[in-house]
Amino acid sequence: MALLEVTDLTVSFSTPDGTLNAVRGLSFTVDEGQTLGIVGESGSGKSVSTQTIMGLTRGARVGGQALFEGHDLLTMNTHQLQAIRGAQVGMIFQDPLSSLHPYYRVGWQIIEMIRSHDKSTSKAQAKARAIELLRLVGIPQPDRRVSDFPHQFSGGMRQRAMIAMAMALNPKLLIADEPTTALDVTVQAQVLQVMKRLQQEFGTAIIMITHDLGVIADVADDVVVMYAGKAMEHADRNTIFYKHHNPYTEGLLLSLPAYGGERERLLPIAGQPPSLITLPQGCPFRPRCPYAFDKCMEEPPLVEIAGDPEHVSACWLPPDMKKREKMRQQLLDRDKAATAPAAAR
Amino acid sequence: MSINADASKSDGDVLLRVDNLVKHFPVQSTSLFSRNKDVVHAVDGVSLEVRRGETLGLVGETGCGKSTLARCIMRLHDITSGRVEFEGRDITRLSTGQMRPFRRDMQMIFQDPYGSLNPRRRVGSIIGDPFSIHGLADGKERKRRVQEVMELVGLNPEHFNRFPAEFSGGQRQRIGVARALALRPKLIVCDEPVSALDVSIQAQIINLLADLQDELGLTYIFIAHDLSVVRHVSDRVAVMYLGKVGELGEVEGVYQHARHPYTNALLSAVPVPDPATASDRHQIILVGDVPSPIAPPSGCRFHPRCPKARDTCVREEPDLVPRLGDPPTHVAACHFPVADGEDLADSKPEIGADKRIVEEGLVGNV
Amino acid sequence: MTVGDIVSATHVPDEGPLAVGPEAARKIEGRSPWQLAFERLRRDRAAAISLVIIILIILMAVIAPVFAHLTGHGVFEQFRDTGLSVDGLPRSPRSAFLFGTDDQGRDVLVRVAYGARVSLIVGVLATALTVSIGTVIGLAAGYLGKLVDTVLARLIDVMLSLPFLLFAISLASVFQPSLTIVIVVLGIFSWSSVARIVRGQVLSIREREYVEAARAMGAGPWRIMFIDILPNVLAPIIVYTTLLIPVSIVGEATLSYLGVGVQPPTADWGQMIAEAATYYSVAPWFLIFPSLALLITTLAFNIFGDGVRDAFDPRSDRQMG
Repeated sequence: MALLEVTDLTVSFSTPDGTLNAVRGLSFTVDEGQTLGIVGESGSGKSVSTQTIMGLTRGARVGGQALFEGHDLLTMNTHQLQAIRGAQVGMIFQDPLSSLHPYYRVGWQIIEMIRSHDKSTSKAQAKARAIELLRLVGIPQPDRRVSDFPHQFSGGMRQRAMIAMAMALNPKLLIADEPTTALDVTVQAQVLQVMKRLQQEFGTAIIMITHDLGVIADVADDVVVMYAGKAMEHADRNTIFYKHHNPYTEGLLLSLPAYGGERERLLPIAGQPPSLITLPQGCPFRPRCPYAFDKCMEEPPLVEIAGDPEHVSACWLPPDMKKREKMRQQLLDRDKAATAPAAAR
Repeated sequence: MSINADASKSDGDVLLRVDNLVKHFPVQSTSLFSRNKDVVHAVDGVSLEVRRGETLGLVGETGCGKSTLARCIMRLHDITSGRVEFEGRDITRLSTGQMRPFRRDMQMIFQDPYGSLNPRRRVGSIIGDPFSIHGLADGKERKRRVQEVMELVGLNPEHFNRFPAEFSGGQRQRIGVARALALRPKLIVCDEPVSALDVSIQAQIINLLADLQDELGLTYIFIAHDLSVVRHVSDRVAVMYLGKVGELGEVEGVYQHARHPYTNALLSAVPVPDPATASDRHQIILVGDVPSPIAPPSGCRFHPRCPKARDTCVREEPDLVPRLGDPPTHVAACHFPVADGEDLADSKPEIGADKRIVEEGLVGNV
Repeated sequence: MTVGDIVSATHVPDEGPLAVGPEAARKIEGRSPWQLAFERLRRDRAAAISLVIIILIILMAVIAPVFAHLTGHGVFEQFRDTGLSVDGLPRSPRSAFLFGTDDQGRDVLVRVAYGARVSLIVGVLATALTVSIGTVIGLAAGYLGKLVDTVLARLIDVMLSLPFLLFAISLASVFQPSLTIVIVVLGIFSWSSVARIVRGQVLSIREREYVEAARAMGAGPWRIMFIDILPNVLAPIIVYTTLLIPVSIVGEATLSYLGVGVQPPTADWGQMIAEAATYYSVAPWFLIFPSLALLITTLAFNIFGDGVRDAFDPRSDRQMG
């Protein structure tokens, strides 16, 4: 049984301008010891989905199912959820300052975290555990730093302290929502290394939410590519990077500057992401897709690609990769034949 | 950013020269009576040149002083000491009024597409600001020129009367580019112009900047923390650490023959969007954090974190000169530069533990 | 209402809707942040009701002579025979005197209507004076900084620590008490809180990139203060203004109650309350009607002010991060 099994999750908000569909039928599973990467741009619904699962979105209409060890998180009451948050599922966010309380010492916050879920732990035991955790995440002189306030920590140390706190009760699942976005690359490398090591040591499952395909390439086992509240493609990491099917995945990868440094022109995705209130008809990526054709006015379902049950993509291009390539070429030639498209710079 | 980084450009035709620039910020005194004399050494003796038509990349991590340097060049900060020359004229000590004519030739693009546009003003009036400040065009003429520049950056000129909130992040950044471009400046300082944008939009803006450079012969100073973006756009690149330039040179020289251990660490820390490379390569994980710029380390500022640190590094500050037979255009400030093919993972610092940043639990390499 | 409440209440909503697509953008085209705030205000029922009440009060002040004409009771006219009982006490409400009469046999209804004039004039003028001084000083202190800020900040502190009533009473004893003195006293004593709020806002706005962008383009300090910064502090200023009007009205009533404000025989709520105080057991209407008028007016302005604040600070709309 999967550790977390999310089926057909929908999240919507009502706003003065209309209903905002943040997540529209998202399904994924996370197994023990695995890292699921969820990648997408702002507004893709990648953060809202996990926040909703953990009961952290207020005022949202939620549908679907999220089974954590067989129990549906979406139907739990606040009390039950609180027992799971922290103890079973740890969470780290982009901004550690928003989760660390500025007026309490870092160590005290970890100790409280431990003791609020397990009353039998003595203060001394909890403190020893807090020091151990800070050591584990690479905080120098943890026995001294345990009584520091958050502002005495640097950005990277705060994020590592957050990880320490999230790992305090040895959760089975760690949800990391853009944990390194606010950090510099060298510090990001430190934090990712800590996360990978903790995973190896404790077998924690991780959901890594990020917009950075570099981070995904580094840590994820499976990858969900989200766009406009939907999973566009879902496969293992290598398939996503080397044998992707969906034009959006392709567009994302092509728009990155090549690491090899060939100084050719970048290939951006044309246009802007759609409004989640007035979504385009059919495939949400259609207005920006270079291959869009008449069929795309219908919304494509997620279908199995190239006979691989682990690889699904929501696109009307043929699931067979050879046929897809042929059709892709035809569609590109179609554009060349027609007047030059008004491509965005 | 032009595809053909012409080597002949390298001599002469310097648009901007920065000479031993220093910027110290006094730290706010905490109490009314005791005068606190601490200063933040934000930029501590930076010299560099920007040549006409090139893009100089400026990379480094938070607090390295790259944004402060940019603001000193733009004279948005007062300069503590040193000299800034634009087209051979000293602008270091000019007053706000004396600077005004220069501002037609030097413009800036900001990081935050939300924060850099006044939310209460219409786009047309924001882009028209340069014309009205410099008294260059009024009424219909101003509107015509604003719409012209909107078209140039790929905005719909009919959106003249909209407010910034009605645009997405990428479009807002185009508005910022249009404003900077309105007076056809010679130099544009781009302070993290794509850092706040989604990848697909990032590429649009980078291509736009490249096209504009080709069309209008612009010179860019391009600040970013994303090293792959900097590599893509720059002709030359300067790597900054704690207020100083650690390495400077033609972009491929620096990226392929990085001499400074910090440059090496920075390059190896960049997440690569390619699983095969990501799992193959040797990542150098630096220990600790950047030390406080209030009391920067002695000698080479990188020595407390450097895997190759020796006693010399603690005592003497290294000069920014060509190392290991590099061409004169590629300079590095390091006593013990990294040779091609050398694996930094094999190096161990040979200085006392009290002079290093030591972390328990973290291994040096993965 | 403390300064802290106001500061937290006047956060400027300058972040637009997230990722507005082309479709949505077309729909909201041309709607400025002011128009958006106005539309939110229109949807607020409590604010709408209080606005109606405010308009009625203004109407009452404007057509006060009509009350006098219809009843046939002049505002200063004393009806010693019909308006006072045989014991010389005020008469209770009746068909001739709907709100009863006061101790001089004058019609309370007509005097309450005329009293609205004084209250509104003082409320508006004193507030306008307060806000203008406060805004200019706050802008200058916040943006120019350095010595200007140090001097003005100390001045603000001094003004905030002066005991208002003591000072007002002594001022009124030096000068002849009059409407002008009341307005000037209220204006001089209240600008410092406005200045402090504006200064705080300016301090944060001055660090915004768009201000930096204006400087990079060569804009001078005056242009930046009035074109780039002022529109962004207007929202908190407007909110504070609507909340300041009732404070000024109560302030004027207080001064008149203490006898250092508007002088008899001018009809004024504060002064009427003062006169009625001695008669409250025998002629409660004499006390109740002016008090009620004062209460309703300040309440309406306060509720309307809350509505304005909510309109400019639509936190509830911003749940989507």
